[in-house]
Amino acid sequence: MQDLTRISSAETATAQDGAAILDVRDLRTYFYTDEGVVRAVDGISYSVPPGETLGIVGESGSGKTVAALSLMRLIDDPARIVGGEINFDGRDVVKLSDEELRKIRGGGIAMVFQDPMTSLNPVLNIARQLVETMVVHGRLTEEQALERAIKLLGRMGITAPERAVDSYPHQFSGGMRQRVMLAMGFSNEPQLLIADEPTTALDVTIQAQILELIVELNRDFKTAIVLISHNLGVIASVCSRVVVMYAGEIVEEGPTEKILADPRHPYTWALINAVPRIDRHVPGQRRLVTIDGTPPDPLNMPAGCRFAARCPFRIEKCEQHPELLEIAPGRKSRCWVTQAGGDLPPPETSRGAPAEAKARPDVHHGSETVIKRGERMLELRNVVKHFPLPKTTLFGKQKWVHAINGVSLDIAQGETVGLVGESGCGKSTLARVIARIHEPTAGSVLFHGQDIAHASQAQVRPLRRRMQMVFQDPYASLNPRMTVGDILGEPLRFHEVTHNEKETRERIAELLDVVGLPQKAAARYPHEFSGGQRQRISIARALSVRPDFIIADEPISALDVNIQAQIINLMIDLQERFGLTYLFIAHDLAVVRHISDRVVVLYLGSVMEIAPADTLFAEPLHPYTRYLISAVPIPDATVEAARQRLPLQGEPPSTVDPPSGCPFRTRCPIAQGICAEVMPPVAEVRPNHFVACHFPGQF
Amino acid sequence: MSVAAETGVTAVDKPKSLWRRNFRRYGLPGFGAAIIVVWILIAAFAPLLTPYAPDLVDVTKRLQPPSQMHWLGTDMLGRDVLTRLFYGARISLFTGIVVVVVAAVFGTLVGGIAAYSRGRIEEVTMRITDLVLCFPPIILALAIAAALGIGAVNTIIAMLVVWWPKFARLARSMIIVQRSQEYVEAAMVVGYSPARILIRHIIPNSVGPLIVLVTLDVGNAIITFAGLSFLGLGVVPPTPEWGSMVAEGRELIEQWWVAAFPGLAILSIVLGFNFMGDGVRDWLDPKSRRW
Amino acid sequence: MPRYIVSRLGLAVVMAILATLVIFLIANTVPGDPALSQLGDLAASNPEFLKAFRAKWALDEPLWTRYFIFLKELAHGDLGISIASQRPVLDDIKNYAPATIELATVGFLLSAIIGVPLGVIAAVRRDSWIDHVARFLSLIGVSSPTFWLAFIVLAIFYGELQIAPGPGRLDPIAFAPTNVTGLFLIDSILAGDWDTFRDALAHLILPSTVLAAATLGLITRTTRASVLECMHQDYVRVARAKGLTEGKIVMRHILPNALIPVVTLGGLAYANLLAGAVMTETIFSWPGLGRYTFRSAAALDFPAIMGITLVVAVTYLIINLLVDISYALLDPRVIR
Repeated sequence: MQDLTRISSAETATAQDGAAILDVRDLRTYFYTDEGVVRAVDGISYSVPPGETLGIVGESGSGKTVAALSLMRLIDDPARIVGGEINFDGRDVVKLSDEELRKIRGGGIAMVFQDPMTSLNPVLNIARQLVETMVVHGRLTEEQALERAIKLLGRMGITAPERAVDSYPHQFSGGMRQRVMLAMGFSNEPQLLIADEPTTALDVTIQAQILELIVELNRDFKTAIVLISHNLGVIASVCSRVVVMYAGEIVEEGPTEKILADPRHPYTWALINAVPRIDRHVPGQRRLVTIDGTPPDPLNMPAGCRFAARCPFRIEKCEQHPELLEIAPGRKSRCWVTQAGGDLPPPETSRGAPAEAKARPDVHHGSETVIKRGERMLELRNVVKHFPLPKTTLFGKQKWVHAINGVSLDIAQGETVGLVGESGCGKSTLARVIARIHEPTAGSVLFHGQDIAHASQAQVRPLRRRMQMVFQDPYASLNPRMTVGDILGEPLRFHEVTHNEKETRERIAELLDVVGLPQKAAARYPHEFSGGQRQRISIARALSVRPDFIIADEPISALDVNIQAQIINLMIDLQERFGLTYLFIAHDLAVVRHISDRVVVLYLGSVMEIAPADTLFAEPLHPYTRYLISAVPIPDATVEAARQRLPLQGEPPSTVDPPSGCPFRTRCPIAQGICAEVMPPVAEVRPNHFVACHFPGQF
Repeated sequence: MSVAAETGVTAVDKPKSLWRRNFRRYGLPGFGAAIIVVWILIAAFAPLLTPYAPDLVDVTKRLQPPSQMHWLGTDMLGRDVLTRLFYGARISLFTGIVVVVVAAVFGTLVGGIAAYSRGRIEEVTMRITDLVLCFPPIILALAIAAALGIGAVNTIIAMLVVWWPKFARLARSMIIVQRSQEYVEAAMVVGYSPARILIRHIIPNSVGPLIVLVTLDVGNAIITFAGLSFLGLGVVPPTPEWGSMVAEGRELIEQWWVAAFPGLAILSIVLGFNFMGDGVRDWLDPKSRRW
Repeated sequence: MPRYIVSRLGLAVVMAILATLVIFLIANTVPGDPALSQLGDLAASNPEFLKAFRAKWALDEPLWTRYFIFLKELAHGDLGISIASQRPVLDDIKNYAPATIELATVGFLLSAIIGVPLGVIAAVRRDSWIDHVARFLSLIGVSSPTFWLAFIVLAIFYGELQIAPGPGRLDPIAFAPTNVTGLFLIDSILAGDWDTFRDALAHLILPSTVLAAATLGLITRTTRASVLECMHQDYVRVARAKGLTEGKIVMRHILPNALIPVVTLGGLAYANLLAGAVMTETIFSWPGLGRYTFRSAAALDFPAIMGITLVVAVTYLIINLLVDISYALLDPRVIR
């Protein structure tokens, strides 16, 4: 296997064992902007021994991507490396001439980027893009390179690589393209591969495949890997050592399992505790640990510890800037508290909801509605939605996207139903059918007993007050030309929730208060707010007309983990306070497990499994659900090491031409003849546990 | 994700001197606006600015070179070129602005209705715009103007016919883009009527590119109208108009002033609208930063 | 690919037929009396002519019948009789077309050969002096009326400096080469007549430069914007990370993507050339379609104008068809 993909049997690494192949010393990359100097990377140092896997973790804006790009001097114009050394293979990359730098780029160091959809040149075929990578470094001729390209693609798990090399990028899915990118990265047997969020744009099952591949390649090629991610689970499943970045600095460094088990910097501590875990769920512990505030303004860094303003363990000394010092063998931290020997205790298990909030659900609904928990609120019966594809030719046949193929589902008053599935499974379409943004092709949607499936907008309008929606993209879901006050006030006036300007103003003030925004927000425009704050505005808008049902379409997937936790906590608070019912859509299974009472698994527009959350995650009966759960990386190196991951092969089939019978049969290990002929009905296999499988639980 | 987005930095420009950046941002658009304002003032107060009448024929003074009496010389019939230039600003500005504004309003309405009604109406209106756009604009305008007969009003009508489809196209495509934005979906979930969503939400978010196109296009319309006049279709002869003034002087290479100055006037006013349009675009969409 | 071409071709044919309908409607419904406008005052005053004309085009029949008669005549190449020249419009167009084709081709090549590299260099060397020069040139190009630019260029280089030949395709005393293609450059080469070739080329320089100016501005602008956009794409960073040289990155990764919108511009550029040709030919006394258009417009020679419009529209459709096809060749995403 290895021989196939080796250029020569001789070891290409020139560094002696033990000596680091990459040694970064006090690297500083600044952006010279109109507003001032942004110190994106502000003096970071770390080293990577040959063959090691190092993780760099941090939230957006922490400087981790700029730091990675700086390693090959790939940063663009307003940014400049202003100081430090990047010693690679004994030479300082910062000082290399352009000619020498080119030899390292793609030769000694290779890089895989976040978005595989835009990383490949759309007008060149795969062969050309792979071959030029090898030919430019002068080690192979065109013919040899092509031969090797085919072998590499095969090694990366691409079927029929001989045909694949002649394809163009648009013919490949995201996962396939990332495999091509990896083939490109490994084509010159680099000593170091930098992977910048390589799986962030991919679905969880595809992510598992790619991470698995990276681990194998590290083992087989002895290539050192620097993996950049915001996801601790991803880091835990690949990396042996981890560096945590915050506000342009390294705040903690050490072996992965130790850092995850016992963080020694409050930021790492907050990062770990803000994420719900898929492998454990403590009943009753509904709120996640969050830290207040936002990262410091990069134009105006505080003089002391940069995390101090948000730190729950803050002491007086934090007004001075701490150094990154060794606190234990192999572990470093930039924190006065832990450097002095202090520890960071695990968070209190449960912080109760504000008592006064629980006591008065009537504030929200007035006397109009009496909430009866358990009453059936929404019933979907065989909902189908097909979209016509635009015709490509004048005389072509009309093609359809089969977005939803007969979904039936009940949602009861006061519960939270989680809807999970990979991209393209139809979960967002289903949300929009329920909210009647789209009219379903067939089936019925009963909301409070009234069928709204084919009702006119005028007929639906009165029900709009009871059903609202929160959207995914906090940047696109608020009208940029309206003030927050108008965004919240317009529905109030429209539905005559308030009857004069004074009432409207009071209600807006109340709404802002409920979602935790200051009163002065009403006069501002959406672009003046951060992503998390915008999502709060979005939630306030949904609440404005006092609905009892809220559809949340991936409300947290565009946010950093700490903000995610804040929004989840807010949604839980609101539910307890106002007796809301949620349909919560997400692709993050851990979050769904955390927030949901019941979970629905969707695949290719059909329901695979419905069960109470804990049951579903403890005993999944559908093969797809098992794969899905198994694919989620867990931010715990010990657990991750002990886990046997189920490898789900391949990619979901096209929704334009879905498979006959059970949609999952093409990837199912236990599929038999009947699966191709008959779509299994969604049957109640155990009490409250519904599965659409001919052989439930047999996998 | 781009490096810039990662650090929350929006400007991707090279660090430049403040002076040059401000000149780019305010100087050129301001200069453009100034040119336009000056021409509007000239058009408004033309009779006060010159002692001559635009159609005062004096064959004894024909084809005089620029002098103190006639700053820009006289034409074949002894008329003062500067005077005719001043009066000519009226018709050029008027036609340019009227054609573009009327076409923009009409085209946007049609495009909006098409995008919103979908189905048959959309199909038909878009085929009509396709059809108009399959003729080179000046040729179709020429044919229609010829069919209607000479005269400024007829030429304006002809230009309107060929001018509105691009606005209809632009408006439709922008509305389609906006319609799938989540804030519009949010408005649908609140239950607003389609008309209200269109007027309150979609149009305010779509006007930016339309305003840019309108500003840049006024210059275009002025050139086209002058071109049609040059061909003899725009205005009835004694009326002072820049395009027809160039036509009158086109064979007088020795007496270059007759044709050169009216053309220069067109150039200046079109440059003015181009500078201003670029400024508006940079201001509305700082990322695009074309020229 | 063949499927795509057939589909595009079908669309073009449909549009061409609809274009004839538009022309027909303009000619027959817009003027008060179609007979009067198509015959001209002189001929219309002769009742015999008038009667014959009304009979031929069935002017008393409903519009649809007349449209089919119009189509039938069109199929036979009958575009009517020019009022001014009293010859069939199609013959006139055939006569004048080669001069315009020659001028337009040279003008287009000039603007593409200068405009594309200029746009690329301006984008790559952004904010350098060459960027500013390119910006200035393209602004002047798109902002100056062609008829005026033609006049100024003629006045300076012919009138004042006397370094360029005057109007026309050849010196007044020279003889045209034996007519093969109607393109003097090619015909003179075929005849081996180098003096005529040089003469024709010299006469082409000024008008083709003027004609190129407007299109040049458009092409430079679009190329620059497009290259700038492509330069910031992820795949360019990937190419840099592979260790490719900057030259290779521009030639292999940026240009093939950046030129796609420039090719789409083809139709627009052609329309510009055409409008430009009318103006330029008029000033330079260039015996082509442009000057024919000018004369027809000035004389209100209605049949000629309609004929030109139709021919131009069909050419325009063909150009756009070619653009669509080359677009598909450049961008593999167009056809799946």
